[in-house]
Amino acid sequence: MGTKLISLPVTVNRDTRFRDLVVEAVGETIFSCYQCYKCSAGCPVAFAMDILPHQVIRSVLLLQKEKALSSRTIWICASCETCTTRCPNEIDIAKVMDVLRQIQVESGTEAKEPKVPVFHKTFLTTIKKSGRIHELSLLTNFLRKSGGIGDNLKSGEWKNDLRLGIKMFLRGKLKLLPPSKKGVEELRKLFDQAKEYKKS
Amino acid sequence: MKASFFPGCSLEGTAREYGESIDAVSCLLGIKFEELPGWTCCGASAAHCINEFLSITLPARNLLLAEKLNHDLVTPCAACFNRLKAAEKALTKESKKIDASTPFRGAIKILHLLEFFSREDLIKMIKKQIKRPLSNLKVVSYYGCLIVRPPQITDAKNWEDPQALDNLISLMGGETIFWPYKTECCGGSLLLTNLDIVRRLIGRILDMAREAEADCIVTACPLCQANLDTRQEEIGKAKGIKFDLPIFYFTELLGLAFDLKDTRKWFRRHLVDPVPLLKEKKLM
Repeated sequence: MGTKLISLPVTVNRDTRFRDLVVEAVGETIFSCYQCYKCSAGCPVAFAMDILPHQVIRSVLLLQKEKALSSRTIWICASCETCTTRCPNEIDIAKVMDVLRQIQVESGTEAKEPKVPVFHKTFLTTIKKSGRIHELSLLTNFLRKSGGIGDNLKSGEWKNDLRLGIKMFLRGKLKLLPPSKKGVEELRKLFDQAKEYKKS
Repeated sequence: MKASFFPGCSLEGTAREYGESIDAVSCLLGIKFEELPGWTCCGASAAHCINEFLSITLPARNLLLAEKLNHDLVTPCAACFNRLKAAEKALTKESKKIDASTPFRGAIKILHLLEFFSREDLIKMIKKQIKRPLSNLKVVSYYGCLIVRPPQITDAKNWEDPQALDNLISLMGGETIFWPYKTECCGGSLLLTNLDIVRRLIGRILDMAREAEADCIVTACPLCQANLDTRQEEIGKAKGIKFDLPIFYFTELLGLAFDLKDTRKWFRRHLVDPVPLLKEKKLM
C-alpha cells in the first residue's frame, strides 16, 4: 500500500521584508529565541501589555507584522532594558521594541496607544526648536497636541495636576521661562539629515 | 581634579536641588566640573523610540563637544548617561551605521556622577570630609534602570545588585538595607502618557521600601527622584496608607554628612519633607 499524501490548505506569508528590517537593526541573535519567557517574566509593565515581550519576538519571526505593530505592548514598554539584560540568547529585546515603534510611526497608521508617539514627537520638536527641554513647555505642548487637557477635565485628574504644579512652583522646581536657545542651527541640520536617513 | 559636566535638562528645573547639592559638594572636594559649553538635549527616551538616527546623533553632538575639551565627561542623569554611552558604543564600533560629521575618537570616558564619586581617590577625599556621620539612618539604595542597564552599553559590573550607592552610604556612616528593588523601573518614560501604570510601579517600590523598614530612599537620577517624591500623597490615598518616605539625591546626603549649611535649602524643594526624619535622627 502506497503512502497517501495530504495537502493542507496553508497560506504562508512570504513577505519577509518586515522581519528583515528588524533583523538588520538588532542582529541575527533574534533567530535564537527559544521562547523561555524570561523577558516576559521580568518585565515590570507586563501587566499592562496585550501581548507579552516573548510573543512580540515570536510574531516578528513568524512575519506577523500586524500583530506586532498594532499591539499596545510596543508603546507600553518603558525601555527599562531588563529584558535585553537578562536574555540568555543576547537578543536586544528593548531594541526590537524601538524598531517596531519606529516602523509603526513610519507607517502613518494610528498607534494603539496614540498618546505615546505624540509625546515622543513633541519631545523631539522641543529639542529641534530650543536645543534643550524646558519641562513646562514640553508639558503644555504635549497636553495641547494629545487632547490631554480635555481628558484631564473629564477624569478630574486636573485637580491633582494643579495641586502638584503649585507645590512644585512654590518649591522653585518649575521654571516658568524656557532657557535661551542652544545649538539650534546645528540641530536643524541633524533633523534634516534624519529625514534623509529614513528615506535611505 | 577636572572633568567636563553634562547637566542634562532636568537640572535646570525639577532636579534643581540635585544641581545645587552637586555644586556644593564638588566645590568642597575641590572638583572642577566644567559645564559643557553649548550642550544640547541627549534625546532621552523619545529619540530612540521613534528615530534611530537622532537617538545617536543628538548625544553624539555632545560627545564631540566634550572630546574637544579632552576631559572625561560626567553626567548626573541616568538617561543622559545611557544615551551618551549608547552613542559612544555606536560611534566607536567597527561596523558603524551612522557617521558623525567629525569623527569621535573615543579618547574620553563617559561617567555617571555616581561612578565618578566612587573612584578610589574620591572615596578617600570624601572620607576625610565627613563631619556628621549619618548614624542610625536606614537607607535603601535605588539605582533605577539606566545607570546599570543594559551592561553592554553602561559597562556596569553588578547590574542586578549594584553597590556604589550602598558603599557611599556606609562610608557616610548610614545603615544600608538590602532590598530586592534596587533596579526596578519607576516608569519615568511613561509619566506623562500612562500615569496609572507609573503609579502602580512607584507604589510597588514605596511598598517594598516600607516593608524593608527603610527611613528613606537614596537615588542618583533626576527622574527617579521626582517620580518617587512627587506622587506619594496620591498613591497613599488610593491605597489607604500614608507614605512619607523622603527621597534623597546621594549628593544631598553627602552634603549632610559634610555638614554643609545649604542642606536646608535643598530639602525645602522636596515634596516629602525630610527635615522631621533628620531631626528625629539628630542629623539636623
